[in-house]
Amino acid sequence: MKPAPFRLERPDTVQALCRALAKHGDSARILAGGQSLVPMMNFRLVTPEVLIDINRVDGLDYIRLDGDVLAIGAMTRHVAVKESALVKANVPLIAKAYEHIAHVTVRNRGTIGGNLSHGDPSSELPAVAICLDAKFVVSSAEGNRTVRGADFFNGMFETDVHSGEFLSEIRFPVAARNQRFGFEEFSPRRGDFAIAIAAVALEMNGDTCVSASIVHGGVREMPGHMTDAEAALRGKVVSSEQITLAAKATVSIEPTLQNYHGDAAYKSDLLRALTARALSQAIGEG
Amino acid sequence: MNKIANATEGTAIETIQINVEVNGVAYTRYVEPRLLLSDFLRQELGLTGTHVGCEHGVCGSCNVMVDGATARSCLVFASQLDNAKIETVESLGRVNALHPLQKAFWEKHGLQCGFCTPGMLMTAKELLDRNPKPTREDIREAISGNLCRCTGYQTIIEAIYSAAQEMQGVANG
Repeated sequence: MKPAPFRLERPDTVQALCRALAKHGDSARILAGGQSLVPMMNFRLVTPEVLIDINRVDGLDYIRLDGDVLAIGAMTRHVAVKESALVKANVPLIAKAYEHIAHVTVRNRGTIGGNLSHGDPSSELPAVAICLDAKFVVSSAEGNRTVRGADFFNGMFETDVHSGEFLSEIRFPVAARNQRFGFEEFSPRRGDFAIAIAAVALEMNGDTCVSASIVHGGVREMPGHMTDAEAALRGKVVSSEQITLAAKATVSIEPTLQNYHGDAAYKSDLLRALTARALSQAIGEG
Repeated sequence: MNKIANATEGTAIETIQINVEVNGVAYTRYVEPRLLLSDFLRQELGLTGTHVGCEHGVCGSCNVMVDGATARSCLVFASQLDNAKIETVESLGRVNALHPLQKAFWEKHGLQCGFCTPGMLMTAKELLDRNPKPTREDIREAISGNLCRCTGYQTIIEAIYSAAQEMQGVANG
């Protein structure tokens, strides 16, 4: 058998999950959809003594409006998020990103919380969460705490979820009427991990950009804001010339994730092109 | 949970009882928690139609249906599937009574070596269950998570398109 032996815990309530996490600490891993964890277990890159299967836990699978926030339960499957009318209507950037997320069979089982807890820099959702300044609800026997998107990711495959804790909910701000969104990525096959990502949220006043959130993914250990590109748009009319200037400003992001899919120069060029396209998409000229 | 002496390893290992329905047949088995669904199907039940390719969720050869939706059987533990309904490629048709998808793959040369075919067929079945009249672009999107190293995919797309028409009763009409 490929994975190393482990003991299985199958809590069916959040309380039982918290108890299991408190009891087993670092020797346990949480199994959600298994689309990232099980491959690592098959390679024995991860060999947990205890696997806590949370597929039976009640109350972690939902998409609901909570005032000006769209709250998504961590165990919500990708297929449910992708097909959700509530998501499309309220957080359009998520819907745009899902055009690129995984393949149907992976989306059937993979979960939004599992994806974000995995913290893969080449994945779409971390970039979306940072771009929109989503809030992460991290839970444990001690209660809940809320972490901002930019603080949730500590490094490649590292998040702010500590021993005894789990990600229970992700809270995305509902889009304002004057916000415009764009999402572009390049990957070898549609649905594969991204070689580079550009995610854009613009707050507009007519043709003028009031504030810009422009985030890269797939090029560094963590997705992050491209502050020079953001500064190039702030307070400016978003013309095609201004988009070109903002896209050129992405050059200050030095790609450190390099592999057979692309070296730094290639990824840097991709980032410039994808940012220009995502901005054009956002203002409706994509 | 049960502890059963494992003769080969000589130590007591924890096993979990699961009740599953596979291709309409009910099974009760005790499985080690780490037993993958793909290995459960092939080794415990002798259903070798499900092919094991990359074993880390990339190739799609091992796709089966779990409760009506495809899953990579190399990324699911059998121990998670108590009370689940599983369908494998063996559920589609028989040699003398092929499923329209199998017939179309044969007629349109949708396979060469055949290794990816079980996963392609189950993925195609899921598509046609959800969308009986797919466009070629829908088909392309649906099978994007399944690797084939022989055909170049065009014949697979034609096979699925042709099967959809056949199943709609328009192929001869």
